[in-house]
Amino acid sequence: MITLTHYLMLSAILFCLSVAGIFINRKNLILLLMCIELMLLSVNFNFVAFSQYWGNLDGQIFVFFILTVAAAEAAIGLAILVVLFRNRRSINVESIDSLKG
Amino acid sequence: MTFELFLFYLFGATLVGSAMGVILSRNPVYAVLFLVLAFINSSFLWMLIQAEFLALLLIVVYVGAVAVLFLFVVMMMDINLAELQQGFTKYAPVGAILGVIVLIEIAFVMMSDQITIKAKEVQEFAADYSNTEELGKELYTNYIYPFELAAIILLIAIVVAITLTMRKRPGLKVQDINKQVAVDAKDRVRIVKMEADE
Repeated sequence: MITLTHYLMLSAILFCLSVAGIFINRKNLILLLMCIELMLLSVNFNFVAFSQYWGNLDGQIFVFFILTVAAAEAAIGLAILVVLFRNRRSINVESIDSLKG
Repeated sequence: MTFELFLFYLFGATLVGSAMGVILSRNPVYAVLFLVLAFINSSFLWMLIQAEFLALLLIVVYVGAVAVLFLFVVMMMDINLAELQQGFTKYAPVGAILGVIVLIEIAFVMMSDQITIKAKEVQEFAADYSNTEELGKELYTNYIYPFELAAIILLIAIVVAITLTMRKRPGLKVQDINKQVAVDAKDRVRIVKMEADE
């Protein structure tokens, strides 16, 4: 049978891959956003697995809200990306240095 | 090994492989398509532990909306890939080492005896049990205010996305409805009295 550890390990692997992805693709803004989506997916994995194995639906409700926020985040992030590309003709993270931070 | 465990390993391996495809592919379009594959596989995996509503929601929301949005944006922009891939090999070892360290840390936490339910098996639901119905009951009673808040967040996201990307281009031929309605016959036709030619 599939145990909870299977699901937790799978989501841990997914999370680590997305953390590594953020470091590998640290210039490409689109890929950074995609890695964040993957990270949210792995968190959702934990919530769903715990909720089903514990027999408590609250975790799945929380996944519902995470999905909402992730959709809003993706829409706003991509809108910012489009505006950035229109002004800079590039989506390189290193070219976003107007604030001299 | 039961059939369910076989399915878990199959979908899990595909999920990990497509996640690697997302972070390693050179072309962003392929990365988005791998992302779609990852979402579909995780939907199957959620279906395996009988979380049907969220599994279907994942396909509708992520594959149907978010991934397509990513695909639109990637294809709309003329990206200079060579510039973005500078330093790819330089940062790859750092990323790999960091990922392995985080994985080892999480594994240590999970191997510990503090988590007591890890060997528990998923509960078998009756054939007439409806995950969607139970979630709906919970969502519309105990979680009604967060639910409405989520709706407001989505509304704000719509407004923000539209206001950010809307722009006025000079020299664009557009209709001004107010001007069209307010126009008078005198503005359009001018009657000139003149002598008739003999």
